[in-house]
Amino acid sequence: MKVVVCIKQVPDTKGGVSFNPDGTLNRAAMLAIMNPDDKAGLEAALRLKDQYGAEVTVLTMGLPKATDVLREALAMGADKAVLVTDRVLGGADTWATSTTIAGALRNLEYDLVITGRQAIDGDTAQVGPQIAEHLGLPVISYAQDIKIDGDKVIVERLYDDRYHVLEAKMPCLITALAELNEPRYMTPGGIFDAFQAEITTWGRADLKDVEDGNLGLNGSPTKIAKASDKVRKGAGEKVVPDSPEDAVAYIIGKLDEKHVI
Amino acid sequence: MNMTPEAIAEYKGVYVFAQQVDHTIGSIAYELLGKARDLAAPLNTEVVAVLIGSGVKDLADSLAEYGADKVIVVDDPELKEYRTEPYAHALASVINKYKPEIMLVGATAIGRDLGPTVSARVATGLTADCTVLEIGDFPLVPVPGKEDEQLHNQLLMTRPAFGGNTIATIACPYNRPQMATVRPGVMQKIEPKKGAKAVVEEFNPGFTPNNRYVTIKEVVKAVKDTVDIMDAKILVSGGRGVGSPENFKLLDDLAEAIGGTVSCSRAVVDSGWKPKDLQVGQTGKTVRPNVYFAIGISGAIQHVAGMEESDIIIAINKDEDAPIFDVADYGIVGDLNKILPQLTEQVKAARAAKKN
Amino acid sequence: MDFTLSKEHDMVRTLFKDFAENEVKPLAQEIDEQHRFPRETVDKMAKYGFMGIPVPKEYGGQGADTLAYAMCVEELSKVCGTTGVIVSAHTSLCIDPILTFGTEEQKQKYVVPLAKGEKLGAFGLTEPGAGTDAQGQQTKAVLDGDEWVLNGSKCFITNGKEADVYVIFAVTGKVEKRGRIMKEISAFIVEKGTPGFTFGTKENKMGICASSTYELIFTDCRIPKENLLGAQGKGFNIAMHTLDGGRIGIASQALGLAEGALETTINYVKERKQFGKAIGAFQNTQFQLADMATKVEAAKMLVYKAARKKDEYKKDPKVSYSVEAAMAKLYAAEVAMEVTTKCVQLHGGYGYIKEYDVERMMRDAKITEIYEGTSEVQRMVISAALLK
Repeated sequence: MKVVVCIKQVPDTKGGVSFNPDGTLNRAAMLAIMNPDDKAGLEAALRLKDQYGAEVTVLTMGLPKATDVLREALAMGADKAVLVTDRVLGGADTWATSTTIAGALRNLEYDLVITGRQAIDGDTAQVGPQIAEHLGLPVISYAQDIKIDGDKVIVERLYDDRYHVLEAKMPCLITALAELNEPRYMTPGGIFDAFQAEITTWGRADLKDVEDGNLGLNGSPTKIAKASDKVRKGAGEKVVPDSPEDAVAYIIGKLDEKHVI
Repeated sequence: MNMTPEAIAEYKGVYVFAQQVDHTIGSIAYELLGKARDLAAPLNTEVVAVLIGSGVKDLADSLAEYGADKVIVVDDPELKEYRTEPYAHALASVINKYKPEIMLVGATAIGRDLGPTVSARVATGLTADCTVLEIGDFPLVPVPGKEDEQLHNQLLMTRPAFGGNTIATIACPYNRPQMATVRPGVMQKIEPKKGAKAVVEEFNPGFTPNNRYVTIKEVVKAVKDTVDIMDAKILVSGGRGVGSPENFKLLDDLAEAIGGTVSCSRAVVDSGWKPKDLQVGQTGKTVRPNVYFAIGISGAIQHVAGMEESDIIIAINKDEDAPIFDVADYGIVGDLNKILPQLTEQVKAARAAKKN
Repeated sequence: MDFTLSKEHDMVRTLFKDFAENEVKPLAQEIDEQHRFPRETVDKMAKYGFMGIPVPKEYGGQGADTLAYAMCVEELSKVCGTTGVIVSAHTSLCIDPILTFGTEEQKQKYVVPLAKGEKLGAFGLTEPGAGTDAQGQQTKAVLDGDEWVLNGSKCFITNGKEADVYVIFAVTGKVEKRGRIMKEISAFIVEKGTPGFTFGTKENKMGICASSTYELIFTDCRIPKENLLGAQGKGFNIAMHTLDGGRIGIASQALGLAEGALETTINYVKERKQFGKAIGAFQNTQFQLADMATKVEAAKMLVYKAARKKDEYKKDPKVSYSVEAAMAKLYAAEVAMEVTTKCVQLHGGYGYIKEYDVERMMRDAKITEIYEGTSEVQRMVISAALLK
């Protein structure tokens, strides 16, 4: 069984987002990490490796620096790693990203493709289902549990108020929720091996059955009209009341003034 | 992948995916219709609801009451429960046949699956999780010397990214339909017009199961005894500073008195005091209630990202330097254990007084 | 001279740091108060290969280097000194001598499960009457047919009751050296559960309270002849070699304790206000932090250099790292004691309260100046090399 996991390198917001003095985001100050939903997808794949001996390939699209997350994935136990990188792929929206990754996946054998539900920088949750569409695969998004039964995959698919137990014939694409599992740590030996491992690097020419018009900034149907870092709302009033009674009077006053009560 | 201006000109109307589950239209569908009416006015076009399901035709009237001029019903036994493939086939077929200018889908667990699949199938752009939609020009300001290349009557879709720390306005100028998923709870429904009728048109593109049809083996409905915190108008939210799961009683009491719902920070979920679905923040839910009480919440950025859009933020914390005070409209430095019981009593008294 | 860490080492540090923050730190205070060995942490460390970092893969280890191992002990000790010494004693004091001096059979039988973390290791040299002076050994081993018979006791043994495999030193005869009659010491591998091998007192310590420190008692304890480690009579050399490596582990533990206390204190002085401003705004605080950070950095250089030297030794056995290890341990231990003490002082009254980590760190730091050769012994080792 072969599993390909699509992962993305994203800025870490866990330790707190860093701001410049003018209130804009300080991206340079943030560490780059493996996107949490993708990491859960990788863990799910590695469990299939532990259980069924699946071969796990990780694939990312990004700048050459994105090899860091590929090495991390290898150090966690992935078998192979592919980096898709090319200047012409820059500025891609979700459509152009999904056509690129689909073009890379056409070179690989797989029974399952796993992506994270969404990345913490873009928060779109679109790339996974769009890859499935380009490849004609059944898609199961928001997976909270994955089991294999012969040539079928059985997945718990989460909705707002329920979950469905779905069965799909492989090959199939699954998008994973961070809640799916607790990803494993790397191992020290895995890290040293990961830096010895070869990372397959593909450029535009290696993408299969993709037209130029569907790649990069030019191949992106959505265009940014305006982008800005949201400047934080400033602090309002802060009071240090002498007694709980004063505190309550203050709050009641505000609630009344704003017609809440 | 750009379409020609002639091809683009064929696309008309503001369409809304009217999500229904178990024969009940979701609130999001009405919210989208409300917004669609706003967008249709400057475009001088119609508002169309697309209703997909099995035995759902009778729901068309309520969509009319909330603003649909026309309802396209795709009704087929294959569409009984939501599954990506038959639903994507249904919606993509509607788009290919009717050629809408704008297609709005709720950013729900269904819409965020259906939207991307359909947009890829009809080869257009999709902007996720929008919070503001308006009609305007692209580019916003014409490029000097290329004034005639500025496009008018474009859908401008504004969305937060980066856990709410950045904001971008997106257009889809050269492809149709212009598609967006829209965050639930953000758009306003119109006051329903009782007895309003819409043109109802039935359309069935035919459903032949293929490899992309998955089988539903089981449907497990989670028992929900709480209001979704995203729908709440008032949230009484607690953090680690509440001290213990038992102490949340103080927050429950205030929520009950003021007509609100209890939510919490990640630390509380991580400690196992409250379930994940009550968590506000980047890894939880994004909320924008009218009033947000942050009680014993330090105000870590991932929390703030999920609540800073709230209209009024009232923070109570004993730590004078807690970062929550940087976003609070009204910050009170004090002991929640002493303040909350009295506050609850006074809220009760004030509301009782207003009633009389 | 290259002072930049490789990308591999950057990444292993991230791993150890994440693990320490998520898995070790939350337990540190509780296990210290309860004097409870953190078995659950050891099981997790075993799962991720932390119990055999510098051990070749063919013996169940990670095939990483001594520097990676030192970083592991350092990062663990930043949040919990006990967890650091569990790994250090297991790796440096039990696995290392078997790996270095054991037969292929011994390595397969003992190193493989130890490196995988399926078994925990300990080391028994110290006796009530033989600490710094290893010649004071009283425990005896006598060959009786195919078995060695051990009698005597060992004290202050780290991982004492929790371990499965013990490297034990005992007197096996007398030899004449330069006209003096000396005890002939040999090393043995003893398994837990061997009849005649029991545990005595559990030590109630000042620091590293969750570490299982026990007295080991041997009463006609019979072990197979093949459990002799290395040649008969080579025990003293094995012990000294082992302690050279162990000192790198303890130096890393000391370094971690100092760094942990310093980091905690930097955060504290930014928040704690006195006389209307953060105490970090006072020059006394600033200068103390500067001095501490400088000493910590110097200690780190010595520790990493000793680890590097041990790696060189692995490639070329003619290389000696004995002096580097002694310097690293001497300096890092003294820095740990000084820094943790000053950090407690900067915390004021809160530093004396158990809820604040620096209180525990200061207690934990003291032992680094004592075990695996006191600071005085390190000075003997260093000066002996200078005056050779």
